[in-house]
Amino acid sequence: MIEVELVTGRTLEQGATVEEKLTENYFYAVNYIELNEEDFASLKLKDGDRVKVKTKFGEVVVFAKKGDLPKGVAFMPLGPYANIVIDPNTAGTGMPKFKGVRAKIEKTEERVLSIRELLEVI
Amino acid sequence: MNIVCTFCGSVCDDGIYEEGKVKRLCKLGSSKFSIENKQRLKAPLVDGKEVSYEEAIEKAAEILVNAKRPLLYGWASTANEAIRLGVILAEKLGGIYDQCASVCHAPGVLAVIEEGLPGGTLGSIKNRAETIVFWGANPMEAHPRHGVRYSISAKGILVKDRKHRKVIVVDVRKTKTAKVADMFVQINPGSDFAIFTALRSILNGNENAVPSEVGGVKKEQLIELANILKNTKYGAILYGLGVSQSRGRDRNVEAAIKLVQLLNRFTRWVIWPMRGHYNVVGAGEIPAWEAGYQYAIDFSRGYPRFFPNEFSAVEVLKRGDCDAALVVASDPAAHFPAAAVKHLKKIPVIQIDPYINMTSLLAKIIIPSAIYGLEAEGSAYRMDGVVLRLKKVVDSPYWTDEDILELLLKRVEELKR
Repeated sequence: MIEVELVTGRTLEQGATVEEKLTENYFYAVNYIELNEEDFASLKLKDGDRVKVKTKFGEVVVFAKKGDLPKGVAFMPLGPYANIVIDPNTAGTGMPKFKGVRAKIEKTEERVLSIRELLEVI
Repeated sequence: MNIVCTFCGSVCDDGIYEEGKVKRLCKLGSSKFSIENKQRLKAPLVDGKEVSYEEAIEKAAEILVNAKRPLLYGWASTANEAIRLGVILAEKLGGIYDQCASVCHAPGVLAVIEEGLPGGTLGSIKNRAETIVFWGANPMEAHPRHGVRYSISAKGILVKDRKHRKVIVVDVRKTKTAKVADMFVQINPGSDFAIFTALRSILNGNENAVPSEVGGVKKEQLIELANILKNTKYGAILYGLGVSQSRGRDRNVEAAIKLVQLLNRFTRWVIWPMRGHYNVVGAGEIPAWEAGYQYAIDFSRGYPRFFPNEFSAVEVLKRGDCDAALVVASDPAAHFPAAAVKHLKKIPVIQIDPYINMTSLLAKIIIPSAIYGLEAEGSAYRMDGVVLRLKKVVDSPYWTDEDILELLLKRVEELKR
């Protein structure tokens, strides 16, 4: 298990599939987390492995990838998977904290839920 | 045939549409117009049953009129004409109007109320800006042609090309945009406010008050950056959600504007948000000229009140303060935090959208609509506030958002009488 600072954001793939949300293309565009190479190795992960992302606000299983990130920082594409774990508090602005949430990451054998299943468990 | 793209806030107006294919647009724009890949309904659905437009709108009007406090949310991906009807509908219903900026650039709106906005159009940035700072913004993925048309490699009148322009990226990640920049300043997450403030201290001559490192950036690099900003003749800070969605939110934007105000004592700088949806500016401008505010507007007392802590969609849903929702051109089920989606699952939701999305899965009524810029015409505000005319290039069996809302408003007015 490692602890990271999680940020979320737009990717080209997420944008290109955002108007076809119930397709497999969108599912794969948003259901992963990018980790720094050392962090990725410390969890003994290989490409295609799954991790559980846990924060104070929820937990979700996604695929793990290596990303060009500083150690201790993780990235998820914006969307329904990230939204299970981001901070819903808005500090009076209406805006949840989509970027900069403490998260624990651990390897898991659990599967990644589909978009429909995800909506059911919310 | 020339088309105007209705994906991101750049609203590229130089697209070409020929025999069902688009040319010149980016990956996002191309996907927008590749409608054969999209999942669309054949007809409106009420409780999963196909009905006519009139029947669906009648049912929607009943739900909205019978609700104590409906939430009317979305609006960033539709035309100005439809948004205007949405604001009037919210007023008639005594409901809440909120729009996608609420989970995007709304903190910037709060900062602008306090500080103002020293801005410039994309045209002035393209022609004049010799230094461009993308702060917490990644246009290479979010606005792929922004760089070619207006910023990174745009060919301007006074700033000729890429060689004559300095591009700086400030971000927590080495993004695709950072990889094409002349200077990349990597900061720790949540430290934007401290860095804006440190830059202001240096420019104010209080360099000694700045510690050796701020937010993961060495003092020497901050001094170098401050000097570049100060010695630029015309520069632009184009900020993204890295500033407005992280720790500090509206206060980060406020600090950024204060930095630009200070720079304008020495030289000329502008600051502008990189807006996401093609008409998210319209979703704020239109309620601003109809009701005085840009988002999180409550009409339950018969007059508009603005208070994001209470009337923004996420806060309203988290507290369970609405008993029905009309969602137009948006997908809150996918883009709101789980704590807000929970309530959306409990109340009747009416959706108006060209496409099936995650919100469709929980909606009671789904009304499919025409795609602006392809199947419908209207107007939209580009990210810099310039209004462009969206074109209709093909016929479709779908009603436009404007047609749907016009009939919905008429039926609501009749039922309320």
